[in-house]
Formats: sequence, C-alpha cells, structure tokens
Amino acid sequence: MSDIIRLSLTEVRDRLARREITAQAAVAACLSRIKATEGRLNAVLHLSAEDALAQAKAMDAAGPDADKRLWGVPVLVKDAICVKDAPTTCGSKILENFVPFYDAACIEKLKAAGAVILGKTNMDEFAMGSSTENSAYKITANPWDTAKVPGGSSGGSAAAVAAGQCFAALGTDTGGSIRQPAAFCGTVGIKPTYGRVSRYGLVAYGSSLDQIGPLTRTADDAAAMLTVIAGHDPKDSTSAAREVPDFEAALAGAADLRGLTIGLPDEYWGEGVDDEVRAACQNAVDAARALGATVVPVSLPHTPYAVATYYIVAMAEASSNLARFDGVRYGYRAPQAQSLEELYELSRSKGFGAEVQRRIVIGTYVLSAGYYDAYYRKAAQVRRLIRQDFLDAFAKCDVLCGPTSPFAAFPIGKMTDDPLQMYLSDIFTISLNLAGLPGLSMPVGLGKTSGMPIGMQLFGPAFEEAAILRTAKVLGGALPKLPEPAGL
Amino acid sequence: MTIQPEAVAKVAKLAKLRLDGDKVGRFASQMDGILAYMETLGALDTTGVEPLYSPVADAVTPMRPDVAVKTCPRDKILANAPQTDGQFFIVPKIV
Repeated sequence: MSDIIRLSLTEVRDRLARREITAQAAVAACLSRIKATEGRLNAVLHLSAEDALAQAKAMDAAGPDADKRLWGVPVLVKDAICVKDAPTTCGSKILENFVPFYDAACIEKLKAAGAVILGKTNMDEFAMGSSTENSAYKITANPWDTAKVPGGSSGGSAAAVAAGQCFAALGTDTGGSIRQPAAFCGTVGIKPTYGRVSRYGLVAYGSSLDQIGPLTRTADDAAAMLTVIAGHDPKDSTSAAREVPDFEAALAGAADLRGLTIGLPDEYWGEGVDDEVRAACQNAVDAARALGATVVPVSLPHTPYAVATYYIVAMAEASSNLARFDGVRYGYRAPQAQSLEELYELSRSKGFGAEVQRRIVIGTYVLSAGYYDAYYRKAAQVRRLIRQDFLDAFAKCDVLCGPTSPFAAFPIGKMTDDPLQMYLSDIFTISLNLAGLPGLSMPVGLGKTSGMPIGMQLFGPAFEEAAILRTAKVLGGALPKLPEPAGL
Repeated sequence: MTIQPEAVAKVAKLAKLRLDGDKVGRFASQMDGILAYMETLGALDTTGVEPLYSPVADAVTPMRPDVAVKTCPRDKILANAPQTDGQFFIVPKIV
C-alpha cells in the first residue's frame, strides 16, 4: 500500500492544498490500489480512471484553490446517485444502460468543492439488502475477510473506504445502509438528519426514509464531507432550509466528553446481541465515561415494532417509486413484448431481481384496497410512536448509543435464502430512519470471537450532527486504532 | 394467515410484474412469514394516534415562483430511451 492512501481525507486534503502532493499523485495512488485489490474486493461497478486523471492534471496545472474544501481529493460514489455521463445502474439490470445527463445535487457540490470522482460503487439492487449480495452485477467482499459480506446496501462504498481505494465514498441510508456496512468494514458512516442532504439525483427507494451520507475512515473526514454535501436545495421539496454549520470547525479542539450525557437504550443492549458486539460497545461506553461523559439508561419502548413498521413503510414506498421503471423512458425493455401491458410486465419481471420484486409485491399488497388501513396506516401510526420514543429519550440525554448490528459481518451466502432473517438483522438501524434523525456508526474494536470490526452507533436529535460527530471524534481518539484490514 | 399463490399472482399483476410458476409459490410462502411478522403491529393499541407519513416536522409543500424554467433538453432525455423516433418515446401499438 502506498503511503498516500494510508492518509485520512483531511490529511491528504491538507497536503494537496500545500502542494506537497499533486492531485494526479492522489488519484494515481487510489487507482493503483483499486487495481491491486479489486480482483478480491469487487467494490467498484464503474471506474472513470481516464477522466479522473485528466481532471487531476488540469487541477494541478491551475493550482490549489483555497475556496475548494476538497481540492484534489479522490472519492467514490454509490451507484444509486447520478453522476453526469457515468453509468448509474443502482445495482440493477433494469438500469444497465442508464447514463444520466445531470449530476445529483450532492455531486454538484462535491465537484464544486474540488473532489475528483473516481467511479461508482457496488450495492444491493435499488439499495434493498443488508449484505450487497443482491447486486445484479457482483458480490462485494469484506476487506477484513473476503469470505464475508461487507454489509449493505452501501457495501461497495464501505469496502472501498476500508481498503484504501478512496478517501471517502458516498452511501445512502434508508434503514441502515450507510451505518451497517460501515460497522462491518470498520469505517465511520453517518446518516444525516432527513432533509439535511438533498435527494435530488438519488434513485428513490423509500422517499420518506432515504438520506445520502459519507463513509470515511475518521470522524473528521465525515465532518469535512458532510459540510460540503449538506444544504438546502429547492429541487428536493423535503430538503431543510437550514444553515449548515461548518462541521469540521465544530469538531476542532474537542478533547473530552465532559458535560455530555449519553443515553443507553435498554432495548439495544439486551437479548439477541452477540457477546463480542456487546463487549466491544461496552468497552467504548466505559471509555466515554472515562472521558467525562455521564451515562444514563433510557428506553425506546416501541423498538420491538420497528422492523415490522419499517418494512411496511419501505416496501410501500418502494412499490410506488419503482413504478417508474416501465421499459418506456429509460432502462431495460423486453424485446419480445407485443402490447403495452406485456411491455411493462416483461420488462419489469426480467429487469428487476428477486428481492426487488418481492418488495414491490408486498408493498403493493400493503397499499391495496382492504389492507391499507391494517398495514400501511397502522405502520404510519406506530412510526409516530417510535419517533416520540426518541423525543422522550432526548429529553434525558444529548446522544444515544448502542450497537450498530447485533453481530459482526457474516459469511457470504449465509442469509440469502431467508429474507425475513435478513430483515430482522436491521433492528438497531431502522428506527432512526423512521424518526428522520441523524446517526453515525464508528469502529470500536475487533470482535473477540470473529476478529471482525464491531461498530457502535451514536444517535442525535434532529440537525445535531455536530454532537454525534464530536462524540465520535473524541471517543475514536481514545480507543485503539484498528489495524489494516486483514483480508487483502 | 395463509397467502394463496393466486393472491400473490393478483397483486403481482397490479404491480405489473409477471411471476413464473416457481416464483409465485416461493413468494407466497415467504410472504406468509413476512406478513405474519408485520401483523404483530396489531397487538399495539394505536387508537387516536395520528399517522406519521414523513419525518419533516412541519410538512408544508414549499412554493416557488411560477416561472417556466427549461431544465431538460429533449435529445438528452430521449438518449436513455430504448426506442424513440427522435421526437417521442415509441411503445407497441395501443389502439
């Protein structure tokens, strides 16, 4: 591994700004790492190597620009986000030939900040999955053990960041799809508050749940990325018209956790959590206490209903959102269709994979006449109760903390035949999306049994990303740094 | 509750999906388990609870000035379509 790719995003950015390294060298280091690891990792779906090098060359000729916060920093982007003139498949055959002619709002911002987009990362088809095994193209491996999954659905982004293929990658999080792969791969991943980052140019899955966020190797790096991609966008009607703090500046000088109250939800620390996960997270909580934090028990009593609520809402929204894939305006069209009806049915049945079809069918079912009240409306009511749980808990503490996943990364193929089992594994990440609140997963060590990274989550009140980033930075500094991923 | 394969086929039809024989049966048995799990929500009394459909606190639809803005050039939009005549999307004969 070259020295450059061992640097954090903020380190490489600062060296780029001082011209100690060139943008071309930074890009070349990432491309060379991708070349060396991709055969085992399969994290990248599309690489824009020549464009990235050409862009870096032009940037070097013009010189660093102090107004561009990510000048020369190479990043990767989950394939659910539109990047102009680059294939955007969303991990699906139905979008195999789709090339957007515009940039997503967050991509415009990244480009304006001087970041160099290297390519697109692998994902579960339409972000439906927790292991990246549902990609229509390939299965991404975990850089810590290539026989194990990287988590999902942003598994390509997490694996790429952990393996040093880039300094940051964008992911999307509808029910944990940034935080769970971040935990499985030993990286930091933040799902911002709903409305913090524009969804314009993101292929929609569950529109009331989806958020774009960065996966990085440090909390400072996440703060740097979030500061760039956040902000109001008139093209996303749910985007929040709020000032975006300079998150990186908000973290500067943070040294301890005095004055911070951390709530531990009872429901996140009980049965069903692997011993090695509980031990690593408990150790991190002890470290937080030693840094001056006050730790209090809290309760999120509707947690046992979260998985059912989440999957009703997410599948209902997916069935509606994915109606647009009809074989007419873009995407795959079944060649043999004789009528319009047949064109729709055959294009969708051949273009979508099994998990996507399963979710569309269930989503259609829970929205159909006679079932709507019992499923969809009921879930929306429980959603309010789940959100109220968080509001009540935040009356007693500043941040909440618990494991990201009940277990560390599991072997490839272990859960593919049992969709319900896979859904249940999302228990600790989904409530946050229902409530629309920000959450971050950070590495807190390696599991005693598995040797795989363990992730711990920090949740904050709406628009309080700075509080969880600061906590993650201080806590991360006090915990032993993870070694290089062992599987590569 | 048991979901019959016929019911799955009907819902699939509503969703414009055509499931082959194998898949209908497999989906039916998987849906059985998944829907039974979803029905655990029935145990919770939600009388009088207002549904929450979006986490945006004050879900008002933002307004913008009613000014026409040209955003998408036709040729760029048509470039991703499976079949066009350069002006329109082409689909099989409807009437």
